[in-house]
Amino acid sequence: MDNTVLKSIRDTYGKTLADLGKIRDDVVVIDCDLSCSTQTKHFKEVFPERFFNVGIAEQNAMTVAAGLACAGKVPFVSAFAVFASGRAWEQIRNGICYSNLNVKIVATHGGVTVGEDGATHQALEDVAIMRTIPGLTVIVPADATETREVIKTVADYKGPVYVRLSRANLPEVFEDGKYKFNMFKAVKLREGKDVTIVANGETTFEALKAAKILAEEGIDVEVLHYPVVKPFDKETLIESAKKTNKVVTVEDHSVIGGLGGAVCEILSENHPVKVLRLGTNDEFGQSGKAIELMEYYGLTGEKIVQKVKEFLR
Amino acid sequence: MSVNSLTNDEVNRIKKICKKIRKNIIEEVYAAKSGHPGGSLSATDILTVLFEKIFYGCMDKKNPEYSQSDRFILSKGHASPLLYAVLANYGYIAEEELKTFRKFGSKLQGHPCSKLLDCVEISTGSLGQGLSMACGEALGFKLDKKNSKIYALLGDGELQEGSVWEAVMCAAHYKLNNIIAVVDRNRLQIDGCTEDVMSLGDVTEKFKSFGWRTFEINGHEINKIYEAFENAKTPCDKPSVIIADTIKGKGVSFMENNAGWHGKVPGEELYLKAIQELSEEG
Repeated sequence: MDNTVLKSIRDTYGKTLADLGKIRDDVVVIDCDLSCSTQTKHFKEVFPERFFNVGIAEQNAMTVAAGLACAGKVPFVSAFAVFASGRAWEQIRNGICYSNLNVKIVATHGGVTVGEDGATHQALEDVAIMRTIPGLTVIVPADATETREVIKTVADYKGPVYVRLSRANLPEVFEDGKYKFNMFKAVKLREGKDVTIVANGETTFEALKAAKILAEEGIDVEVLHYPVVKPFDKETLIESAKKTNKVVTVEDHSVIGGLGGAVCEILSENHPVKVLRLGTNDEFGQSGKAIELMEYYGLTGEKIVQKVKEFLR
Repeated sequence: MSVNSLTNDEVNRIKKICKKIRKNIIEEVYAAKSGHPGGSLSATDILTVLFEKIFYGCMDKKNPEYSQSDRFILSKGHASPLLYAVLANYGYIAEEELKTFRKFGSKLQGHPCSKLLDCVEISTGSLGQGLSMACGEALGFKLDKKNSKIYALLGDGELQEGSVWEAVMCAAHYKLNNIIAVVDRNRLQIDGCTEDVMSLGDVTEKFKSFGWRTFEINGHEINKIYEAFENAKTPCDKPSVIIADTIKGKGVSFMENNAGWHGKVPGEELYLKAIQELSEEG
């Protein structure tokens, strides 16, 4: 990430929640002693009576959210992605999703961009394990603008949702005030014919960067942004794969089971082409600066360029 | 604390209903050739008193009265035969439906499913979640200034799940005095006595130390159950729990106090014996 303006994803989340709270009196927020990290504190400051800290107890957090949904509320429940999705996976599955309860799980600290806290706190499997739960919508927004639109959209959507947010401040992909989030349609950010790159979260910006560099070398890249990993917009992907016949996926997540997994599942059944999955390679993360880790795990624009060129050889 | 007691006639009337519900439980699991009789029978008296004398309002989500009604969460979801028998007794489901228990395509799933039955508050079956659900509902009701109570029935083996204690802490912290929990302390679980598997020790003291108001009763004495519920409803700034000393398999002689009947179905001969015992007068 160069001189581009970076915006805080979590801050946007917290402020959007506070705005939501003003127009929706059924919105309530639950946090696990992390309101200063997840930034749900913005909601707490305005609506303390609707904010419930359950302490370091993620399983309770999810099932309390289930109960609040039963009582007619729209609960947003936040914690770090590893603990929200992992520790409380079964509560999300059996407590929330099996009863199809209207709970919005907004987990921050997805991916290696968590940085210095290291492996135990870097969620690299959360999209995969959330994707396996029936009825759960899974969303990974690219930037602050999209995050705001996603939070507003899921508040109105009836059904359980998992939203994964980056800890890092990210460059804007979408223009504030001009972007309309569609839960059922992926976004074609760049038209191309030589190769398709599918990305989401922080790697969408990197995919666009890679596309620019590759264009200078005569390689025409189509960039698809897939914030909604489930339900997956099959059409956009298949149409692109039919055009380029070469697909690369990139995510700040394991290559197993996340966006890469979803893409392979769809293409193998509909239009089998070779797919290169970029992400962490079935490994744990580690401490470092977010940008160092993105480079190490091959998630920056420059690293994507190298891999795409090898792939196309 | 002094609350009214039930008359002898009233107690006898309730005992008859308990017998009927126990019979239904045996019929359900026999028809399904599957299910959990032991833990359903141990909690029968508790739930019968609850729904006959205590529970306010309607369990059907489609009924306009539901909004201001009390709620019930079967945290020990495997006692579904008991819940379904209770629902049949109050006309929420047809009695004929009981024989479809656990069958393919039935609304009466092995563990209660709220998507299939409007009278089931929330799906349960995975132990250790019901009390958290109750906390969530309780918080919601306080926001809306509702007077409804949330009743939650837990197993004692279930208390081995750490998540239960997260909820116990939470309820005390948020002063959720609209929660009345009941622990079906039958002292048995699948692998034997709770104290041999993973000792729970003094359950009452544990709840007390977490900041709850506690009541200890014999879980088969109708009047004691009634009094405990009535006392649990009196004003307090703490959540309440009734620790009910019960007998797993209560009401069926060969099942009583036998861990083996947690999830076992009687064969024809024993089934007929059970039905006969539950059909006898007195």
